[in-house]
Amino acid sequence: MKLLTKTFKSFKTTVLAASLVLSSPFAMADIHFLVPGGPGGGWDTTARGVGEGLVKAGIEDNASFQNMSGGGGGRAIAYLIESGTKKGDILMVNSTPIVLRALSGKIPYSYRDLTPVASMIADYGAFVVRNDSPYKTWQDVIAAMKKDPGSVKVAGGSARGSMDHLVAAQAVKSAGLDGRRLRYIPYDAGGKAKAGLLSGEVNLLSTGLSEALEVANGGQARILAVTSGKTLPDYPQIPTLKSLGYDMEFVNWRGFFAAPNLPAEKLAQYTEKLRKLQTTPEWEAVRARNGWLNLFQEKDQFIKSLEQQEAQLKVVMEELGFIRTLR
Amino acid sequence: MFDGIMLGLSTVLDWNNLLYVIVGCFVGTFIGMLPGLGPITAIALMIPITYSIGADSGMILMAGVYYGAIFGGSTSSILINAPGVAGTVASSFDGYPLAKQGHAGKALAIAAYSSFIGGTIGAILLMVAAPLLAKVSLSFQSPDYVVLMFLGLTAIAAFSNKGQFLKAMMMTVFGLMLATVGIDPSSGTERFTFGQADLLDGISFLLVAMATFALAEALINVVRPEKKEVKSINDSDTPQIGSTKLSKAEVKEMAPTVGRSSLLGFIVGVLPGAGATIASFMAYATERNLAPKALKDKFGKGSLRGLAAPESANNAACTGSFVPLLTLGIPGSGTTAIMLGALIAYGIQPGPMLMEENPSVFWAVIVSMYFGNIVLLILNLPLIPYFAKVLAMPKSVLTIMILFFSLIGVYLVSFNTFDLFMMVGFALVALVLRILAFPMAPLLLGFILGDMIERNFRRSMMLSDGSLSFLWERPLTLSIFIISILVLLFPLKDFITQRRVDKAALKANQEHT
Repeated sequence: MKLLTKTFKSFKTTVLAASLVLSSPFAMADIHFLVPGGPGGGWDTTARGVGEGLVKAGIEDNASFQNMSGGGGGRAIAYLIESGTKKGDILMVNSTPIVLRALSGKIPYSYRDLTPVASMIADYGAFVVRNDSPYKTWQDVIAAMKKDPGSVKVAGGSARGSMDHLVAAQAVKSAGLDGRRLRYIPYDAGGKAKAGLLSGEVNLLSTGLSEALEVANGGQARILAVTSGKTLPDYPQIPTLKSLGYDMEFVNWRGFFAAPNLPAEKLAQYTEKLRKLQTTPEWEAVRARNGWLNLFQEKDQFIKSLEQQEAQLKVVMEELGFIRTLR
Repeated sequence: MFDGIMLGLSTVLDWNNLLYVIVGCFVGTFIGMLPGLGPITAIALMIPITYSIGADSGMILMAGVYYGAIFGGSTSSILINAPGVAGTVASSFDGYPLAKQGHAGKALAIAAYSSFIGGTIGAILLMVAAPLLAKVSLSFQSPDYVVLMFLGLTAIAAFSNKGQFLKAMMMTVFGLMLATVGIDPSSGTERFTFGQADLLDGISFLLVAMATFALAEALINVVRPEKKEVKSINDSDTPQIGSTKLSKAEVKEMAPTVGRSSLLGFIVGVLPGAGATIASFMAYATERNLAPKALKDKFGKGSLRGLAAPESANNAACTGSFVPLLTLGIPGSGTTAIMLGALIAYGIQPGPMLMEENPSVFWAVIVSMYFGNIVLLILNLPLIPYFAKVLAMPKSVLTIMILFFSLIGVYLVSFNTFDLFMMVGFALVALVLRILAFPMAPLLLGFILGDMIERNFRRSMMLSDGSLSFLWERPLTLSIFIISILVLLFPLKDFITQRRVDKAALKANQEHT
């Protein structure tokens, strides 16, 4: 029986340890990050990367993380709104989907119900073809679509009406084609979409630049175009849609939000810390390691770009029929 | 290749790295034993730690955690019928009955040996065949996955005992229905969520598995208390673990099973998107179909082969899923997806260039797989009697512990109280169904495969402009499809011949009188 209690005890400590690492809502931390998805995803790595940078650079003594998935991120937002500032200093990480899912009504909140603190990093849309593809340039793809819209099958790592689809539809539209006639094939994750492209069942992959670089660096595929406004200093060889003469630009930002009733002085503190982080070598190390691109915007600028993105996405989604226009 | 192995060996044999393998295996086993916390969570928890110790050591630590977690998962499947991860569901079909019959020690030993052999065969194949297999796996298209998963579904025929075929089919359909809850994977609209935000992401696999297996098991103990209970309390000092030793005859019986399942598991694991779950179900079904008639009936009631098959297959599949990760940079499973994230965080890009740019990492990963397997075996075999003591607990205590761990397990993953209510609801339904002798395994199989098969099927339909022609257009698809039809018809043949024999016997009887 002794051994039994021992096993049980170690069981208990493991549960305890696991719950602490997974949630640690009670740990005394200077800064607490709320992640609306599971461990290992894009939101998670962003929060943990920023936390790591803050601690290593000596800006914060301690950072803790809490994963709360569910409802397409809606549960974490509801938690942040409900608990307000009662639970201490919480920063929630989020990205373009908060705008998108609010527009499509999948989450009953929008960024307006929260206090946007700052955006940190950016990813851009990118279009990828297989190495042996007949399409050498983005113009080739557009020409093929003009001839027969059904001939180009476009893969993306998420359902219809989500980011990969909307970015592709917008890009096609900027070339004067009908976004509704885009042949979008949804996959359940970015990795599966990549495998789909490489297996040859689709001709084009619409994805984020960081994922696109993963396949391209593997030597299996080429990036035809990126949706950033200006040519990226890190990747001068990739043409932007704008430089090719198509008026289309799309940024997938990642940033932080706080409770709606966040006092002004707290907001100033957060902003100050994140601004300070920008210039540290520790942040540069985290950023370079993950292949992120900096996009630091403080509250007012951040809100402005959120509004801009909301307007941009609304137009596309209405055209594609994902939201009904009120008439 | 020889230079590579030596390079890997010298990396792994470093004192620090050996220590990491051991620590990793130990931590992994404990995390994996908790119902609900599987390899994905275990590795995710390790990632922040590994940042500070460098890429080689980090990958070695994670390989240890990975194997440990898989082994730990089988432990909870076998001992308390609580498969925490999809890959070990099939292990509970025969592992739990074995434990119930007082052979818990033997069951755990079989699991450890089969995992070891499956993992080792997988590692050898990985080393030899990785570049070759990578090309094959890449040519798999959505229609091929559809028929492959269809083949996985035909395993239902393997779960049904005599006269249970219809019940098994009904439970599969029930599982497929549950898998449709959530957001429609291709159009993005909500289905069967009743406006509940908690149902948007669908019902979690863990919840269904815990409710139908662990929780329902505990409830059955309450509803139908066994009369032996009084006895077992008195006997609790001398529990019926059974020996961990295997007889020569038993080893002989299982050897071909382990070999076949390891090979099958590895091949399935190489395909991106198939993974350990399908591998273990397919291995189980194959072994049941191949078994001679006398042994076939033992499946589901404590067959040694029935335990060895999924255990070797799921470990081999885990190793197999490293092929697309290391050679193409494409993760084939959730766990390898997390590993990919970790590798990129070290500044290492998995892909065709990995072997040339970072040979020490490439070979360290492969060689550490051997070591992970060996350490796991050495570490866990002596511990089996202590793990198995769980069963020696009086039922009244064990029941409460199962309730506690399964509820905690589900809550720890989602932190959502709604899940707990839903889980209790599922458990009550499962209790009624179990009392009416409906098998639970097909429900889980349908549920797991439902989502994957739907996504791939609808994608195939989109790619082929709404025509079913994709089923016969490519030779690969067609051949897998034909195999699965044959597997489905196989038990039917038995059924018909059995009937003929019965009829003949009846006739002979009538003529006699």
